[in-house]
Amino acid sequence: MTKQKLVVIGAGMASGRALEQLFDADPDGWDVTLFNAEPRGNYNRIMLSPVLSGEKEFPEIVTHDDAWYEEHGVTCRFGEKITKIDRDAKTVTGESGAPLAYDKLLVATGSNPFIIPLPGHDLDGVIAYRDLEDTNTMIDAAAIPGSKAVVIGGGLLGLEAAAGLKLRGMDVTVVHLMGHLMERQLDEAAGYLLRKALVDRDINVMCSANSKEIKGEDGKVKALLLEDGTELPCDILVMAVGIRPNTALGQEAGLATGRGIHVDHHMVTSDEDILAVGECVEHNGAVFGLVAPLYDQAKVVAQTLLGEKAHFVPKEVSTKLKVTGCDLFSAGDFADGDDREDIVFRDPARGVYKRLILKENKIIGAVMYGDTADSSWFFGLMKDEEDISEMRETLIFGPAYQGGDPLDPMAAVAALPADAEICGCNGVSKGDIVAAIEGGATDLAAVRATTKASGSCGTCTGLVEQVLGVTLGDAFVIPAAQSICGCTEHSHEDVRRLIKSQELKSQAAVWQELGWKSKDGCHVCRPAVNYYLLADWPIQYQDDPQSRFINERKHANIQKDGTFSVVPRMFGGMTTPDELRAIADAADKYDVPTVHVTGGQRIDLLGVKGEDLPAIWADLNKAGLVSGHAYSKGLRTVKTCVGTNHCRFGTQDSTGLGIKLEQKLWGAWSPHKFKLAVSGCPRNCAEATCKDLGVVCVDSGYQVGVGGAAGMDLRETDLLAQVPTEQEAIDVTVAFYQLYREHAKYLDRPYKWIAKVGLDWVKERVIDDLDNRKALIERFELSQTVYQKDPWAEHAEERAETYQPLADLVPQAAE
Amino acid sequence: MTNWIDIGALEDIPTRGARVVKTALGCVAIFRTGEDEVYALEDRCPHKGGPLSEGIVHGASVTCPLHNWVFSLDTGLAQGADEGSVPTYPARVEQGRILLDAARLERRSAA
Repeated sequence: MTKQKLVVIGAGMASGRALEQLFDADPDGWDVTLFNAEPRGNYNRIMLSPVLSGEKEFPEIVTHDDAWYEEHGVTCRFGEKITKIDRDAKTVTGESGAPLAYDKLLVATGSNPFIIPLPGHDLDGVIAYRDLEDTNTMIDAAAIPGSKAVVIGGGLLGLEAAAGLKLRGMDVTVVHLMGHLMERQLDEAAGYLLRKALVDRDINVMCSANSKEIKGEDGKVKALLLEDGTELPCDILVMAVGIRPNTALGQEAGLATGRGIHVDHHMVTSDEDILAVGECVEHNGAVFGLVAPLYDQAKVVAQTLLGEKAHFVPKEVSTKLKVTGCDLFSAGDFADGDDREDIVFRDPARGVYKRLILKENKIIGAVMYGDTADSSWFFGLMKDEEDISEMRETLIFGPAYQGGDPLDPMAAVAALPADAEICGCNGVSKGDIVAAIEGGATDLAAVRATTKASGSCGTCTGLVEQVLGVTLGDAFVIPAAQSICGCTEHSHEDVRRLIKSQELKSQAAVWQELGWKSKDGCHVCRPAVNYYLLADWPIQYQDDPQSRFINERKHANIQKDGTFSVVPRMFGGMTTPDELRAIADAADKYDVPTVHVTGGQRIDLLGVKGEDLPAIWADLNKAGLVSGHAYSKGLRTVKTCVGTNHCRFGTQDSTGLGIKLEQKLWGAWSPHKFKLAVSGCPRNCAEATCKDLGVVCVDSGYQVGVGGAAGMDLRETDLLAQVPTEQEAIDVTVAFYQLYREHAKYLDRPYKWIAKVGLDWVKERVIDDLDNRKALIERFELSQTVYQKDPWAEHAEERAETYQPLADLVPQAAE
Repeated sequence: MTNWIDIGALEDIPTRGARVVKTALGCVAIFRTGEDEVYALEDRCPHKGGPLSEGIVHGASVTCPLHNWVFSLDTGLAQGADEGSVPTYPARVEQGRILLDAARLERRSAA
């Protein structure tokens, strides 16, 4: 059977979903060519706001990657605009290339942002908020200290842009034409609470403000002038005032268009071989901007292509704002009217406002601010047009108060009917999720994979977890949002990103800006935050010993009886008779009960009393021995074999390389301990293939492997690169270590971190991109200027006193 | 009867840190919080005898360095799921000096 030729114009959220549905139902029937004017494939456009604010990175919001296109045989022509559709010949022509024939054509050209034609709207620095380019322009503008932004438009998109720019450190003013923010979704009271929340974040909000002119200098935006004469200086001006369906291509091809490209219930345009989907269409007089109906359309497109009779039926949609900390929900109709009644609940102290709009004993609208936990229950009652007269008195308190067992946190979710919508983006009901769980999807990732619930904007993640909890009972433990600890709701990854993007350079700044719930952290988050700060800001941040676990504070390993162990460094596992004598003398002098040879090729003195530490260190220092950092989340040892120096099989000087590596790396801190080894030949006597980083020397050079483990997990290294020279082996090692130091979650060994980011991601940065490799090495060397010093010498000289008791009351007690 | 004795300066203890005072009956840990409050507790975790003075101090609590039991510095009671308590002793700061009640410390043996 020959495949049908499908050409898709536009790789947005709607067309991506349509292709997915198509391939699910008919994996082999279609030969698809996908054009996109943006130079990239499908991504989750509604998640650009978290990218802007620094809470996510772009790769996290890509919905279809190269592997997916390849798997489904999609020919990708990204960055190429279609210039012409020839309906008679049934071909499309791109900017580059000959006409391409289609059997079926899917137009998904999306929408264009509306730019108000104010004088100066074409100045440099005046942008819309639509795609990754706009997002990156904003991120770049925010990187300049003291820069200012004006956002025209106080709707969803404008406010997300404003909040993101503020999080990036910009001075932001929102200019809104109407009397209150998000007037299409919120009533005045909720608009007020939202405005207050934004003003509390230092965002300047001007409502009922009419823009007059954009002023510029040397072709670049300088200020926005309002009708009343107010001038708002700015380095960037974002217009987020709405979108218009992009119909140009359809219009030129002679398709019937109005506000959008006309489609029938099957998503077919006025040409029976051309379908359209997404923000570019007009269906029954309506155009679309939110994602939920787009996904419904995508489903219908796939079914129509397969010859099934499907109908697109627009459903009620609800709105949520993706600004961390601003919880709002809005759905339905909330205008005042004689035939309508309101139920309103306010709690000023908590900043909570809930309003239900009733007509003939049915909910026809809901607006909630500050506490939106019950929103999907109300939304369900509204969509089902349920008669609420029976529960009217307690309705506003939510499902937990409808007949018995109040206050169970899970009751609200348990009370939802099976057809209640949990994921608005993907139209997934509670029943769908329960069915998936009963079919074996017993964690969030599995539910997301089978139903797509919480896979788009992610705001319903908590609800999905609650459905898992209700359905599985004790078998499912709701993850505490994978936050670092009880002090914060942020995950390690979020905190790392926010420390960088918001340039937080002290623990107090982290606690304040990221809303820590405790006064000064706890034993779980403090060591992690301290590490992230010193790794990202080695010069500006002052390491805080009081936020370190005792071993790193006292530079020795605490033992179960409260004594410590002392391990001097032996670079590359090499030592001398003089060093051994000094160690033996110290062991005698300080009554060390146990002397042990470690797996990292050095000697461990166990059972040293805390107050003797500075003295034993001073003695060892005299013999040239320094701390081995055997206690640190940091560089531990480089184990070696004797290589070409002595061994008849050795191919390179493995001992020499081991010593050089250890001399380069010692003293550095990292998310977890970091152990290396260098073997002189593939017989691998130094066991390099189970280390965090291991080098195996071969005749032609050096094989650098990473991500080994020989602890709770046993894992062989993966080859990062084979390099010809010793210097390159050192460079690759340093760059890899720095990448790990900058990106991994605290207490993730490299193998765990690599499993999350992927070895290819690491290779791109350390192996392929030589400039990046160089930059990583430079950042590591900068950090080493601060941290490569012997803590033993420093403590023995400057802080010996702190190792002694503050006072000794024994003589008094004896009197 | 109380017998307040001066055991050292507040600055001798790092903020969110601790030092010990040796007595005939074992060590007493003196803690200084982020708010410069001072607390004195037995330097011995009731779980496995860990030295609490080596723990991380957060809020008015300390976490034992051996197995992460958390104790209130104020009451000496274990927090969360763990059960146990550590004896506490009166301590105060006057003009930057830390004072302990020696009489109370000595009475420990009788208690």
